[in-house]
Amino acid sequence: MKPLRIKNLKKKFKDTVAINNINLEVEQGKITGIIGRSGSGKSTLLRMINRLIEPTEGSIEFNGIIITDIRGKALRRWRSECAMIFQQFNLVDRLDVLTNVLIGSLGRSYSFLNLFGYFSKEEKINALKNLDRFELAEKSLQRSGTLSGGQQQRVAIARALMQKPKILLADEPISSLDPKNSKKVMDDMLKINREDGITIICNLHSLEIAKKYCDRLIGLSEGEVVFDGKPNQLTADIAKKLYDLDDE
Amino acid sequence: MNKITSDNHYKNLIGKKRFWNLSLIILIFIGVILSSKIIDINVSNLLNGMPRLGDYVSQILPSIESNKLFLGSKDQGSIAYWYFNLPKYLKLLFETFNMALLATIVGSTLALFLSFLAAKNTSPNSLLFFSIRRILEFFRGVPEIIFAILFVWVLGIGPLAGIIAMTLHTTGSLGKLFSEVHENSNNKPIEALKASGGNWLSEMKFGLLPQVLPNLISYALLRFEINIRASTILGFVGAGGIGQELYLVINFNYYEEVSAIILLIILTVISIDLLSGYLRKNITRIEND
Repeated sequence: MKPLRIKNLKKKFKDTVAINNINLEVEQGKITGIIGRSGSGKSTLLRMINRLIEPTEGSIEFNGIIITDIRGKALRRWRSECAMIFQQFNLVDRLDVLTNVLIGSLGRSYSFLNLFGYFSKEEKINALKNLDRFELAEKSLQRSGTLSGGQQQRVAIARALMQKPKILLADEPISSLDPKNSKKVMDDMLKINREDGITIICNLHSLEIAKKYCDRLIGLSEGEVVFDGKPNQLTADIAKKLYDLDDE
Repeated sequence: MNKITSDNHYKNLIGKKRFWNLSLIILIFIGVILSSKIIDINVSNLLNGMPRLGDYVSQILPSIESNKLFLGSKDQGSIAYWYFNLPKYLKLLFETFNMALLATIVGSTLALFLSFLAAKNTSPNSLLFFSIRRILEFFRGVPEIIFAILFVWVLGIGPLAGIIAMTLHTTGSLGKLFSEVHENSNNKPIEALKASGGNWLSEMKFGLLPQVLPNLISYALLRFEINIRASTILGFVGAGGIGQELYLVINFNYYEEVSAIILLIILTVISIDLLSGYLRKNITRIEND
């Protein structure tokens, strides 16, 4: 399996450079953590991979397709193969949990009937199975807004699984969770990585968690890669630099 | 020391705020005086005209006598005599009600479809956004009565002209209100739909609509109340309903019938307002549970 290739990737917002000439290869089947301070470009990088943000320059390639060139249907297919979960979970609070999970199937198998709230029995069973993996099946008819933060994030993971993704992008998935729920969410991500072989690219704030769960760490600072290696190669010195700790 | 300076700063801020409030009041006062000069409000004219208002009101009041109150429609002084034409009124009132209902349903459906294109955050392209906004402004800017006159001229006298006029106006005003609701919605669920490969339609249906629906229904019910009132007025230009009959009895000086119809209209408007107010309150309450 070929890695995800990022070549000379650049992103400028007006005058500020968010991502400056990044070259990376992300192997499939691994958990890759992206670490760095707020504003170091982690989120921008992740969002460029599924094209929620358009890069200014450079290219991203996956399995022979230049991701940065595709449009329309092909782009939507890519986005469904490359699922994403968010810091704020981004569920539809007023809809029940099951529908929230079913929404994940829309990019993969869209039919006009979906617009009237119809989903096939097969997809419904699929959604329930995914919820059951995270022990949330009994919540499936509850409004998602009534769930705790940790539960909402795991519903979001179940939704992502509905896309049958090859890659899961996780943008600060545990930043708004307490330690106990953070662990649960990270364990679930580890589970889908080990059991389903889904590649995970994950932005993380906490160095401790990044070291514990990731196979590889990439340190970003001011839009550039300043560290790339195994978790045990990340020394205290480099970490200090990465987070600018000398200033405090 | 620090405390004193912060106190001064606070006083400063309060002083500034008072100054602006006072200037605003003075400005509004000057504005009111100027505009009354321009539109030529004359208090003495107003007072002189007042008795005539009283004359008209006393003329349209029914001649009801307490001992004949419940006699038949042939006896002057009874309620039945006053409302001898009730079956016709009710039929026309029902027509008015249906005009408003139909215009609200069709108008808000059109408004719903257009509003997604007319909201900055959901419109798929800026040219579409710009042109739909202008179209909605036109529909909203032209008074219903003008549309009604136009369509009475085109389609002839009857309720259809009134329905089309109200539908256009409803589309214009609800389209704008709906699109503003969309613009205030939370973008995150829509972002999630987009990130999972959903198309624009599914972004709207699943990401946006569940958030905004209670608000939209509430606005549509409010519009229904407004349309009930509007549809009586539209009758004056021949656009059907009870208004047309009211115009007739006013012109022919059938004084007692004027009061009979006006009372009926007021009762209808009040009961619709109460009912829709109750519904609106419950929709938001249920949705917030």
